[in-house]
Amino acid sequence: MGKQDTLRIDGRDVAIDAERNLLELVRKAGIELPTFCYHSDLSIYGACRLCLVDIEGRGIQSACSTPPEPGMRLRTNTGELREIRRTTLELLLANHDGSCPTCIKSADCKLQALARRMGVDKVRFKAPTRPAPLDESSPALVRDPNKCVLCGDCVRVCNEIQGVGAIDFAYRGSQAAVVPAFGKQLGDVECVNCGQCAAFCPTGALAPRSETAAIWQALDDPRKKVVAQIAPAVRVALGEAFDQPAASQTTGRIVAALKAIGFDAVYDTSFTADLTVIEEGTEFLQRKVNGGILPQFTSCCPAWVKYAEQYYPDLLPNLSTCKSPQQMFGSLARQVLPRILDTAPEDLVVVSIMPCTAKKYEAQRSEFSQDGRRDVDAVMTTQELARMIQEAGLDFSSLEPESLDMPFGFHTGAGVIFGNSGGVSEAVLRFAVEKITGKPAGQVDFHEVRGEGGLREASLTVDGTEVRIAIVHGLANAKLVADQVRAGTAPYDLIEVMTCPGGCISGAGQPVAHNGHTRQDRARSLYEADKSLPLHRSQDNPFIDRCYQEHLGAVGGTVAHRLLHTHYHGRKRLESEALPLSEGNGDGKIQVKVCAGTACFLRGSQKLLHALLGYVEEHSLQNMVDVRANFCSEQCAAGPTVIIGDKVLQHCTLERVRDVLDAELANHQ
Amino acid sequence: MQMTHVEPRTRSDQFEAVCAIIERHGRQPAKLIPILQAVQDEYTYLPEEVLNFVATALAIPPARVFGVATFYTYFALEPKGKYVVRLCDGTACHVKDSIPILEALRSRLNLSEEHKTTPDMLFTVETVACLGACGLAPVVMVNGEVHSLMTPEKAESLIEDLKQAEAAAVAGEEG
Ligand code: SF4
Ligand code: SF4
Ligand code: FES
Repeated sequence: MGKQDTLRIDGRDVAIDAERNLLELVRKAGIELPTFCYHSDLSIYGACRLCLVDIEGRGIQSACSTPPEPGMRLRTNTGELREIRRTTLELLLANHDGSCPTCIKSADCKLQALARRMGVDKVRFKAPTRPAPLDESSPALVRDPNKCVLCGDCVRVCNEIQGVGAIDFAYRGSQAAVVPAFGKQLGDVECVNCGQCAAFCPTGALAPRSETAAIWQALDDPRKKVVAQIAPAVRVALGEAFDQPAASQTTGRIVAALKAIGFDAVYDTSFTADLTVIEEGTEFLQRKVNGGILPQFTSCCPAWVKYAEQYYPDLLPNLSTCKSPQQMFGSLARQVLPRILDTAPEDLVVVSIMPCTAKKYEAQRSEFSQDGRRDVDAVMTTQELARMIQEAGLDFSSLEPESLDMPFGFHTGAGVIFGNSGGVSEAVLRFAVEKITGKPAGQVDFHEVRGEGGLREASLTVDGTEVRIAIVHGLANAKLVADQVRAGTAPYDLIEVMTCPGGCISGAGQPVAHNGHTRQDRARSLYEADKSLPLHRSQDNPFIDRCYQEHLGAVGGTVAHRLLHTHYHGRKRLESEALPLSEGNGDGKIQVKVCAGTACFLRGSQKLLHALLGYVEEHSLQNMVDVRANFCSEQCAAGPTVIIGDKVLQHCTLERVRDVLDAELANHQ
Repeated sequence: MQMTHVEPRTRSDQFEAVCAIIERHGRQPAKLIPILQAVQDEYTYLPEEVLNFVATALAIPPARVFGVATFYTYFALEPKGKYVVRLCDGTACHVKDSIPILEALRSRLNLSEEHKTTPDMLFTVETVACLGACGLAPVVMVNGEVHSLMTPEKAESLIEDLKQAEAAAVAGEEG
């Protein structure tokens, strides 16, 4: 090896290792160059112009988009650079509505923090803005376009990490904005509610939707019994909001805080995660033994479920039918808690505390309501819990820890590691290995499924049975694997999908991470929590056993199926009108809608449409038949879909369409 | 005045044309701009449902298609009137007082910056950056036909002529 290459930063020599750009080097040298649009996980955009450095012989350049070269000499902190940065910030602030005290992001706002750091004390420019309306259509997020500084971070996360692309830049010049397709509302497009855009947004332009008002209201109502379930990932992150060391475990204090706030009982989503392991593990082994549909995808991440429904309707039979732990808790609570807590069923209020914004969406899916009542009434994020604790004036760090309530507070380590990418797989392995071998397994930890990569593989052989697993996080990675499954080339039995980077520990509802290793710290802390618990396998949880005996019957049995399993269906991506292909407004004609959604399109609906239009013309049916192309009839698994009048035809061929149409025409006359 | 008469295309013709355009460009997302140009030639503007179809066929997010379609002023997302009146506001026309002409056109048709098309879908009034006819400034173009050395009065009578021609055509059809 030759001599190490170096360059000079502010007069100091700095060694060049594998840094991809000057920004990484400057930061390695301990200088916190300000940035807005740079994230190491995303592509480089170079738009915010804050990371400027002065390179000898080249002048002022943005550090994030300049590769390091040996011998470069650069300065990061000259008067000129400071002046440019201040002006840039002023310009950003001029475009921003500055309603900071009432902004949900106020404490975590990068724009505010940088303005303070750079000593911006006035804004000389005023933008001629007309206030844009708030977008409150999404169950998970609130969009406030007036706070957007056009850094594009959200656009890149949604495209590059999630492969969704629900929001993008539109218009130009002073009109430029980040919007969903056709300027629609976020709730009407293909957004999967993962909230990662909000986690990356440096301002309050995208933020998790708050449900605390409704929760306070329930707490204030003396007739209501309000219970909480806490997801695994919450306990290793809440402390960050109270300046506790990153990833400190706070379960006991969370319970104490919730009780002080007025919750009647506090349970653990890890309990129903244990239940999920048993049901999902059993489902997996049955598929494996009986030659069922494999690979089996996990189904506990609602953002992934919506993504699969929108983009892979043909693979829905591969999804585990298990409800997520949150929703298992919801149905079990409705079933069991009124009796335990001695309350009328209608007075039981179930609140989840989640690291996640997509869980807000999941709780309001129609599958998870009975007789018009949601199983889970409200979902608050870790951030919202922190705000409730602050609002109640509690000194979190000095609370005396309390224990969770039984029976749904009892959990094993398997239920806790669910919050990490790889955790579900490991928990299922702890169950499955024992089932396959028929004897208690000595092994608890399966290090082969742990790790940080966005697409990992593991394979192990148990008593001659090979189990091949893929673990992915980020939907762009899920897409790679799902495409393989679709093509029949995926060499896996089980595929775990988490939408958020590293799993739920980095959910968008978690406190905003302030450094690069928060994710690793939280992951480690969850594995430590597992270690410190007495039990590590879901099947060893005695309360789960009892739950089956008293309420659920057999594992995978009829009652268990009704309460713990669900179904999925193809879902359209956009709320949009059908495209009329016949003249006139269609009044009094027979309506024929041919689906041109992606699933049907791939199955040849375009040819069908072409043939149908030919048929209509050939038989001069233009005055009787109104043909439209619509965008997803939500019957994707059985496409091409054609709707004639009120008849939905699946797996449609031209012959079918002709027959049904002819019959309708005969009726019509 | 000479008006080119275009055969009205049926909706199914237009849809078939869109399919052909997409195929001709090999369903390549990289060809989005030429595809949108050709689609706009077919429809005179870019209807939302058609853009959604293009996104589906190219397997790209509709938000990206919308972004491209709104970035270029050349693309229109709203249907335009039968007569598209383009007033040049390039430097040459601007210094020769194009703005009063714009104001005259707008007030005559009850239009504004936001509302560019009359409710009866007859007229759209837009400004463009330079029509390349600076020697004849100020210039107004109606459906591709250039009218030079305009004044507010001339612009108004141009609109009046078109309105009368339309009324006559309608009367002719009915009578
Ligand atoms: S919530 Fe997720 S899917 Fe929705 S816009 Fe944000 S990043 Fe994209
Ligand atoms: S990975 Fe976890 S936190 Fe992220 S969307 Fe899925 S369930 Fe929610
Ligand atoms: S694409 Fe969903 S039903 Fe056709």
